[in-house]
Amino acid sequence: MKWPLKILPWLFVALFGTEIVAVMLPKKEGEYHVQEFGRLPVLLDGRIQPYDTMARNALLQIRSMGSVPIEQVPSWKFWHHPETLKATPWLLEVMTRPDVADTRPIFLIHNPDLLDDLKLQNKGIDNSGLRYYTYNQLAPVLSEIAEQGKKADEVKAEEQTPFQQQVAKLANALMIYQRLKVTLQPEGTPNLSAEIQDFQKNLPAAQVAAQASASGKPFDRRALARIAQPVSDFRLMNQLAYALIVPPYPKEKGNKWRNMGASILDAFQGSGLNPAVKYLAQIATAYHQEDAQAFNTAVAKYRDWLKPAFSKDLRKGRAEYFYNSVNAFLHATIIYIFAFILAGTALLLYTLAPQISESFRISAFYLVILAGVVHTFGLIFRMALEGRPPVTNLYSSAIFIGWGAMVLGIILEWVYRVGIGTIVASLVGFITLLIAHNLALGGDTMEMLRAVLDTNFWLATHVVVITLGYASTFAAGLLGIIYIFLGLFTPLLTQKLEPAKAAAGAAPSRRMATAASRPGAQTEGQMEIGKALSKMVYAIVCFATLFSFVGTVLGGIWADQSWGRFWGWDPKENGALLIVLWNAIILHARWGGMVRDRGIMNLAVFGNVITSFSWFGVNMLGIGLHSYGFMAAAFKWLVWFDASQAVIILMGLLPLRYWRSFRTHALAAKKVTTETAGAPQPATT
Amino acid sequence: MAFDRVLARLIAFFTSLRLTVVCLALGLVLVFAGTMAQVDLGLYKVQTEFFRSFFVFWGPKGASWKLPVMPGGYLIGGVLLINLVASHYKRFKFSSKKAGIWLVHFGLILLLVGQFLTDVLSRESILHLRDGEAKNYSISQRQAELAVIDRTDPSQNTVVAIPQGVLAKGGTVRNRYLPFTLRVEKFFPNSQISNRSLSAADPPAATQGVGPQLTVTQVPHVTVTDQSDVPSAIVNIDTPQGSLGSWLVSEWLGTWENSEFTPQPQSFTYAKHSYELEMRPRRFYVPFTIKLLKFHHDVYAGTDIPKNFSSRILLERPDTGEKRQVLIYMNHPLRYAGQTYFQASYDPDNQGSIFQVVHNPSWLTPYFACVIVGIGLVIQFSIQLFGFTLKRSRRPAPQPSGAAPLKRRLA
Repeated sequence: MKWPLKILPWLFVALFGTEIVAVMLPKKEGEYHVQEFGRLPVLLDGRIQPYDTMARNALLQIRSMGSVPIEQVPSWKFWHHPETLKATPWLLEVMTRPDVADTRPIFLIHNPDLLDDLKLQNKGIDNSGLRYYTYNQLAPVLSEIAEQGKKADEVKAEEQTPFQQQVAKLANALMIYQRLKVTLQPEGTPNLSAEIQDFQKNLPAAQVAAQASASGKPFDRRALARIAQPVSDFRLMNQLAYALIVPPYPKEKGNKWRNMGASILDAFQGSGLNPAVKYLAQIATAYHQEDAQAFNTAVAKYRDWLKPAFSKDLRKGRAEYFYNSVNAFLHATIIYIFAFILAGTALLLYTLAPQISESFRISAFYLVILAGVVHTFGLIFRMALEGRPPVTNLYSSAIFIGWGAMVLGIILEWVYRVGIGTIVASLVGFITLLIAHNLALGGDTMEMLRAVLDTNFWLATHVVVITLGYASTFAAGLLGIIYIFLGLFTPLLTQKLEPAKAAAGAAPSRRMATAASRPGAQTEGQMEIGKALSKMVYAIVCFATLFSFVGTVLGGIWADQSWGRFWGWDPKENGALLIVLWNAIILHARWGGMVRDRGIMNLAVFGNVITSFSWFGVNMLGIGLHSYGFMAAAFKWLVWFDASQAVIILMGLLPLRYWRSFRTHALAAKKVTTETAGAPQPATT
Repeated sequence: MAFDRVLARLIAFFTSLRLTVVCLALGLVLVFAGTMAQVDLGLYKVQTEFFRSFFVFWGPKGASWKLPVMPGGYLIGGVLLINLVASHYKRFKFSSKKAGIWLVHFGLILLLVGQFLTDVLSRESILHLRDGEAKNYSISQRQAELAVIDRTDPSQNTVVAIPQGVLAKGGTVRNRYLPFTLRVEKFFPNSQISNRSLSAADPPAATQGVGPQLTVTQVPHVTVTDQSDVPSAIVNIDTPQGSLGSWLVSEWLGTWENSEFTPQPQSFTYAKHSYELEMRPRRFYVPFTIKLLKFHHDVYAGTDIPKNFSSRILLERPDTGEKRQVLIYMNHPLRYAGQTYFQASYDPDNQGSIFQVVHNPSWLTPYFACVIVGIGLVIQFSIQLFGFTLKRSRRPAPQPSGAAPLKRRLA
């Protein structure tokens, strides 16, 4: 191989590796130490998380994106990256400078009927075809949205019209936004520190007045009036606050995280004002008054105060902030796409330009390994943050299916070096991470587990094993699709593994040489790609059978442990059983000689339909113990996916004379067939 | 000779792999149909109609006839079992190479038989306790019984309980502890009861007790999973001296906790004994009592996501003098004397706990089956994958030319 082709794979690895390293390096703080603030811990959704996570998840639910563009860039200026407001600064703005935050176009509305209803067509900002609105623009129609949202919520999810879905989502987004506004301080307060001090000062006189009033004596009306406004402000905060941001004080058993309003109101009885409130008030005031120096000092002081008693929470906040900022799954997704394109191109060039093809194939393989490392890093980091096995909800199941398929694909590529394993790894990895990304729009992906799920033993055994079963069934299905496409549209199925390289007389690369020295490599090299695919599918279906059977029975045993019924014909159980049955059918049909290579491929593709039903479909039936509720968008995609698989199976059923791979041999084969038609095929290999 | 041929054909049929695949495919269709049907029919009905049956019947809505359209769970499972056993008997010689296959299929047989036994032998019931309450029985969610309670002796009641199945058959019920007979005039598997205004034309439900003030109507079976049928019956009490009139008995009228009507025991006196009639959920007694000391419902801080449900109970067994406290919580049931108590639900005010009580003698079979099949699959697949490499290294010579695989494909 020529040297540029030799170093090409390493260039790719260097390029993407550099990017990964760059994301992991600490970034410089700006004028405001916003990153430092973003790492501070709060309690939300039952778990300690950094402000950054709270900001991101809120923004994802409101805007479906993790940041807010500040400037408008016409779409034809694609090279110009618009300046954006990241999640944490946006959160700070919402909490302390609502007048500015109210002018940010963050509320996404695209249903024309809803826009008509709210008379909003001509307002808002168009951003790549989507219309975004500011809070100020929505302010006049808030009550209408709330009312419509309430009505929509009463309709079952699967019966909601697009209009109702949109209005329910919008109402929810507005609710989150309004709650965020009163999480740190009363809306529009210029100086929270001073307000708290005044409140503290005026309180004793007001208490005396209140007692006098209660016992019918004359009392100081002005003393009461002085605290009337703050009290109602703090009460509102207590009612609506989005997160519990004040740590327990003093830190002892029975004391819990509280919201800001409650902490201030109760501060002047018993243990006095929680020091955290003082620091948080300083942070709020400094950011509101745009005093960077004071803000940075307040954040540092608060962090130092947290250090002795809350070092665990601080560490958790820092770690999760790092996890958020690295965004490992996004980078893995990008590398998977590149690897897929390279591997696909390598296959297309397989006979046309063997040397370039080989170089591309190796590049793709290295990239998939790199993506796999990043994917694994994200997975393990997530597990450590949660203190849980890898799969705890639908989101993490998507990530883990992608991970399992990635590992399977790399093993396949290691054995059969034609790029097919890389295609499996990169494509399943890419698609599942995309699915995970969309599932993350629903809110926190590390939510706490309901009581029955709160068992690491079963999560680590049943859930992991069954998810690996999904992953391998998908991998087998994808191999089936590759077989059908290669067979129909390319001559590759009847090509030998490691073909033209020897024919072209080129010296085998070092990698190929090691491959050739392995036992059996010679015959393997003589094998046709079609045959190799068939062996891969067989091996993977074996694994899928093992995983899905053991996983299903383990699930039954878990059910027996938790409600005394090994098998209850619950939809999710049935879904798992369907996969087991389907894999058993494939194996027995093969052993009985009822199907050959092509038949197995078609069966494997149908395995995709069954697995998608089991993974997503049964959750949407709205019945049973595993029902997570109906997801309109996911349902649409599920239908499209199943339809596409049906089309592929129909293509796979086309007579062989339409198959490009077999057409060239058709004449020769006809003759041979007549001679050997009666020869039985061995049942197993 | 003809017999031999038929036998040979039968054996060939029952040992064929084709039959295995057909059964698996039918099983697949059945499970899928049974899953989708749950949306309309509810879990319980689907279980009995699809999985615990030999045929699945279908008929147009409202029609009185039904046709078998699909083999049911018992038929498919049974044929698969025969197929499995027969093939092993006929085809497979036991050898170390086939050890994996033997283990897998033996484990599957164990699983299928175990599940069949569970279907036949297991019994599920409910134990509902308020904080501080103790009971020595659990109640059925699906079955009612008519209790005839002799309250003459203030220190001890004598109860004759007539199961729902007996009432449903109709006819006359006799019991040697009762000096009268009960004649079932009508039985309603699921019923609705309403107050009857005096002017109304609809006839009174019965002549005695609360019967004259009420009417009872038949309603279709409940399909929702978390609700169950409420049966009612009208019974005549006949004594050698003549009838004591007809009585309406219904779970709606019961003295048990979920009744919508105020408890009003229906009682009568005969031969100096006073009796009470009560239709109630069927009771299963155990030789020990369970007392709920305290139910706990923990949530995650700042949310209402449940973190744990747990019940501390006191187990007391008079005949052995056993007395101990047990904590029952999610995924940690109490297994005792053939019964298993699971934390299933709780009262909305968090001061009462509901246990699922399961009596299942074959509960351990899936545990063994899973281990056996798992080991079998691992052995089988590693033999095969290992076999590949052996074959490959043994035959370094190139395979016959490229046309060979093609031949097979076209053959």
